[in-house]
Amino acid sequence: MTPTLQAFVLVSGALFSIGLLAALSRRHAIFILIGIELMLAAANLNFIAFWHFAPQPHQPTGVMFAIFSIAISAAEAAIGLAMVIAVYRHYHTTNVDQLDQLKG
Amino acid sequence: MSAWILDRLWLIPAVPFAASLIVLSLPNAWRRRAAALAATGQVAALALSVVAFLPTVQTHGFRAAQNFTWFTFGDNALQLGFVLDPLAAAMLLMISLVGLCIFVFSIGYMADDKNFVRFFAYLSFFSGAMLGVVIANSLLLLFIFWELVGLASYLLIGFWIERPSAAAAAKKAFITTRIGDMGFFLGMLWLYNRSGTLLFYDGGKGCLESAGLAMLGASATFIALLIFFGAVGKSGQFPLHVWLPDAMEGPTPVSALIHAATMVAAGVFLVARVYPLFSLGAINGVTSSLTVVVWIGVTTALMAALIAIAQADIKRILAYSTVSQLGLMMVSLGVGGVAAGIMHLIAHGFFKALLFLGSGSVIHGCHGEQDIRKMGGLRRFMPVTFVTYAIGMMALSGVPLFFSGGWTKEEILHAVGHWPPSHAPYYLMFAGVVLTALYMTRQIIYVFFGDPRASVDHSHESPRVMTRPLIALALGAILLSVVLTPAWPWLHEYLTGEPVHFEIGRLIQPALFVSLVLVSAGIGVGLWMYRKAGVQAGDRPAQIDPLEYAQPALFRFLANKMWIDELYYRTVIAFSWMAARLSDWLDRYFWDGLVRGFGAIGQVFAMFTTGVDERGINAGVDETTVGARGLGRLMSAAHSGQIQIYLGVVAIGMLALLLLYAWLV
Repeated sequence: MTPTLQAFVLVSGALFSIGLLAALSRRHAIFILIGIELMLAAANLNFIAFWHFAPQPHQPTGVMFAIFSIAISAAEAAIGLAMVIAVYRHYHTTNVDQLDQLKG
Repeated sequence: MSAWILDRLWLIPAVPFAASLIVLSLPNAWRRRAAALAATGQVAALALSVVAFLPTVQTHGFRAAQNFTWFTFGDNALQLGFVLDPLAAAMLLMISLVGLCIFVFSIGYMADDKNFVRFFAYLSFFSGAMLGVVIANSLLLLFIFWELVGLASYLLIGFWIERPSAAAAAKKAFITTRIGDMGFFLGMLWLYNRSGTLLFYDGGKGCLESAGLAMLGASATFIALLIFFGAVGKSGQFPLHVWLPDAMEGPTPVSALIHAATMVAAGVFLVARVYPLFSLGAINGVTSSLTVVVWIGVTTALMAALIAIAQADIKRILAYSTVSQLGLMMVSLGVGGVAAGIMHLIAHGFFKALLFLGSGSVIHGCHGEQDIRKMGGLRRFMPVTFVTYAIGMMALSGVPLFFSGGWTKEEILHAVGHWPPSHAPYYLMFAGVVLTALYMTRQIIYVFFGDPRASVDHSHESPRVMTRPLIALALGAILLSVVLTPAWPWLHEYLTGEPVHFEIGRLIQPALFVSLVLVSAGIGVGLWMYRKAGVQAGDRPAQIDPLEYAQPALFRFLANKMWIDELYYRTVIAFSWMAARLSDWLDRYFWDGLVRGFGAIGQVFAMFTTGVDERGINAGVDETTVGARGLGRLMSAAHSGQIQIYLGVVAIGMLALLLLYAWLV
């Protein structure tokens, strides 16, 4: 059986949902970051899938998008981790429930 | 030399003014330096006066004016100027010389005063202003200096400000002379209106020269009388004489300098200066304005001489004597004897300053006592003061031959005797001469003869710094008789510019015997009346004056200064009190009511706008603010700070969009 676009979209949708659930439900900041990375991965999978099943797959547009996205997510992860460390040093916690200084 | 001073006449008053300013800025402790500086200024003024005197001697009828423009308005230029003529030069010499003696005397007299420095600043200020009066060539400039002199007089009468009586006397002097100055000022305005210039001498165009006088016409009489009113105030003539005796509240050197020798003579000087205004249109030397001058002078001279007889304060006697002598000078001017009047003014300046300084020396020696009834026998304790005082007394009484006052009085009597309208002033002046000799004899007997009484314990002669000026002035009073003698009427010639010759025969003339008889009568009656003054005699206690014993009612009338002060108190002062009360009432109730009414209108309007502001505008703004705050609170509640809730909301929103999309497609 050849893989279809539907299967890819289903997988990426599942991946996105798992990532979203992780980002929403976990209290540890690092797990939230992991959730976000999962959602980004779902998006990248979509790029590749749609590119693959597109009318002109010989142009590497989808690949280029995915590569940029991965680079950006790497940078984002680095910044996110650095912020987590900084927050931890300041508040001695990484529990996002306790980090509510921005409330109105 | 003479040209140099003619261009710099302003230096003469400027030097004492500058000294005054510098002295005023000195600290209170620099007493010696202040006195030295003030005296130096006076010496410089004297030197300049001598320099100014020289050219006037060399030329007959010398007159030099130096005018400048003060300011210009439209086509008119207001000009001021200085003039040097024999009248001014003689006055300059007298003022600076007598002034210097008094400055020196003050160093001793004021030695214990805590405001020594201020005193000398004021004295210098006065000296500058007075020198300015005599050389002013413009009625306006004269008026300016005249008022400065009045200010100095006010400051010095009230010098001992801690005494209420001194403050009251200063006010009285200032206000009374100001009443006279009002007349002076009106006369000045009128003169300017008619002649268009206030310069005395301006190369033929001045108001005292023929061209200016021609424009005056009949108004000259009124202008002259108005100006004379200023002189009446300043020279203590009836009816404005009341301030002068009270002015004796000031320190004695001030009485000597200002209220005897110089300032009070300014009125006489003023009349002499503007004499052409008085004599304009004279028939036989008589005009109506001059007649007024004569009668005011006669009244003043006799009234003051009478009052002087019953006074007990050594300085008040001299003050009334000054008033009386000034009246005599006015009479002399009024009958046409200008030179005689000015000569008497100059002689009077010397011997009256001498008498006042002598009285200061007596007061100093008696530790501040001024009541002659409490003195007595002082000739033994104060020989220098006694001798010089006796010389001053004889000069004032008019003892002939050796004392200056005798010659000038004779000249005046001579002039009065030839007055065409009436002989009454002549005989009244006889009475004045007798009375003068009488009250001076009384004073001398009380102060220097008899037994020492209450205040004479520990009396002592004054220090040399005080007796030296006395000796100098006494010499002046005697030596002046040389230039005043009718045998060689040099001063007369100098003042009038008419040549006269030496005539020994003029020494012996009827007037001489008349005045000899009058003076001896006065002194003789005095000696007889007061032979037992101050001594217990029969049933009469020592403290009671013989005249008081014999004529108590008359004495009381005179001792109370003829109740003129009381009369003024009941009339003029009561009237101004009433006017003050009335305007106070108007102010309080009428004008104040009006003002309050307007205020109430404003208040009502203000209350209305306050209501609009508070109920309308403020309330609106408040409500808006409350609403905005509520909304803000609501919005801020949505921001929990929980990042996951935000994320959840985003996710739900995205889901909702997806569902919307699915439903739409």
